[in-house]
Amino acid sequence: MALDVRLALATLRRLLRLGLILLCVASVSFGLMMASPVDPVDAYLGPLVAQVSPEQRELIASRWGFDDPAPVQFGRWLQQLASGNLGVSHVYNQPVGEVISQRFTRSIALLGSAWLLSLLLGFTLGVVAGAKERSALDKLISAYAYLTASTPTFWLALLGVLLFSVYLGWAPACCAGPVGVPSQDIHLATRLHHLVLPVATLTLLGTASITLHTRARMVALMRSDIARHAFAQGARRADIAWRHGVRHASLPALTLALASLGELFGGSILIEQVFAYPGLGQATVEAGLRSDVPLLLGIALFTTLFVSIGNTLADSLYHMVDPRMRRPSKPRQTTP
Amino acid sequence: MLRIEQLSLALPYYPRFWRRRFATHLDQLSFSVTAGSVHAVVGASGAGKSLLAHAIMGLLPKDAQLSGSCFFKQTLLDEPRKRALRGRELALIPQSLSALDPLARSQHQVNWAARRAGLPPSPARQAASQALAHYQLDERARRAYPHELSGGMARRVLTAMAHVAQASLVIADEPTIGLDPAQRSRVLDALAALALQGKAVMLITHDLRHALSIADRVTVMREGRCVESADASAFQGTGQMLESAYARALWQALPDNAFNVDTEYAEESRFA
Repeated sequence: MALDVRLALATLRRLLRLGLILLCVASVSFGLMMASPVDPVDAYLGPLVAQVSPEQRELIASRWGFDDPAPVQFGRWLQQLASGNLGVSHVYNQPVGEVISQRFTRSIALLGSAWLLSLLLGFTLGVVAGAKERSALDKLISAYAYLTASTPTFWLALLGVLLFSVYLGWAPACCAGPVGVPSQDIHLATRLHHLVLPVATLTLLGTASITLHTRARMVALMRSDIARHAFAQGARRADIAWRHGVRHASLPALTLALASLGELFGGSILIEQVFAYPGLGQATVEAGLRSDVPLLLGIALFTTLFVSIGNTLADSLYHMVDPRMRRPSKPRQTTP
Repeated sequence: MLRIEQLSLALPYYPRFWRRRFATHLDQLSFSVTAGSVHAVVGASGAGKSLLAHAIMGLLPKDAQLSGSCFFKQTLLDEPRKRALRGRELALIPQSLSALDPLARSQHQVNWAARRAGLPPSPARQAASQALAHYQLDERARRAYPHELSGGMARRVLTAMAHVAQASLVIADEPTIGLDPAQRSRVLDALAALALQGKAVMLITHDLRHALSIADRVTVMREGRCVESADASAFQGTGQMLESAYARALWQALPDNAFNVDTEYAEESRFA
């Protein structure tokens, strides 16, 4: 009973905090967009700008409400948001909600698989490397991790396109499907084929930091009293890595993987640009360059929501993995 | 059961970043532990007691220099044999409670110890639950994580982990540290019971008085050297049956005796 009340209060507090964060993100993004030198009407018209008279420009601006002062515009946007309307993107001529949901379903295939692969691969490599410090395998894995950790995403993506798409012709160089084919006609295998290269690039880079952190935790564990005690019981190194290492190393790996969701979004912007993949990252760039305020704010809010869900998930998973962080369910026994 | 002859140990240290020197931690140590008895190794902190335990178990770092020889059951105990025997014939009850994995339940840890001793899964589970029952750890303690256990219970889990392998030599490193009198005598009784079963028990402690309550023989160590090995019965009266002045001073410094601190050993006796 008391637990339920506490849980409800904690959830309420979390939601309130989330709301505040969203508001802050929205106002900062809006402020930045207002300070941006890109004029939304010019960006909308593009090359047509030469054929449009100042009176017509005025008309467009007043129709979209660009002639009101900035706080009024922001207030209007907030009012719409309260009724569940994110506004209309003038770049795509579609409601913002629709654009985001379309783009996100494409991005999640890219981001999700890259994220999962880099978590699994990075964790495995880290555990293997840290199990025996300074072994040949450890040196090899560490060298690889340091190298990829210091590689810029877009550069690796460009190299990947050059090698696998241009020279070898194994993978398509762009887009989520063949050019000119309607989205609903693309076969699943073709979709996957188009995903391979961007996913591989993102995975390769995401793996590095998880590997390094997992390895550091493993090395510390193998030097600890726990490992020495296990050795005294006659355990082999692989046994210690499996029974103790996996539990201990999963804490930093989980935290890092879930906290890096935001970074993953950032990385996807570059990757989607290089591969011309029509995902959320590409839409962000379009919205920014063409001053599409509703779309950009929508994406910013969505990303914030996504990242904070990741952090909340990390918090709750931590409680599951590490019993020391749980509240004692029963009163602690003091007498033996 | 265990015979140690002229055992010396040097560990590297780095006075400068690039220069390596070796410091002697154990110096020409010799004594033997017989089956069915408790052999106490007593000395102040830094006397090299824990290193001695690690040397016998083969748990020293790679760059340690070990010389002299150990014999276990009349056969030379070299590094490969240590690796093969530990967990099966040689068991260690570690000094620190941090040797328990904080992320695993105690019954699992005892079970793992049984598996590491070479038991197949289901006999291992049986042996683990027997060992836990033997040390009066109830269902709640079995399902508890180490941070939920009291100090005495955690000690008993560690003892159960050493007991589950039915090793013939059990080395207990400071098993009574930080325990109240009731818990302490419980742990000491458990060790004495192991000796009664015919096992050799090596009890490492800084506490001569409590060691004497169960020990058959006592080796006094000081700065890596063996000062004296004597029967526990020699520690009586004014210590006139003891050969070395240090052992006598240690005995007389106990509160039950003269409570007399010999100035020559004042520093050590304070810790002993």
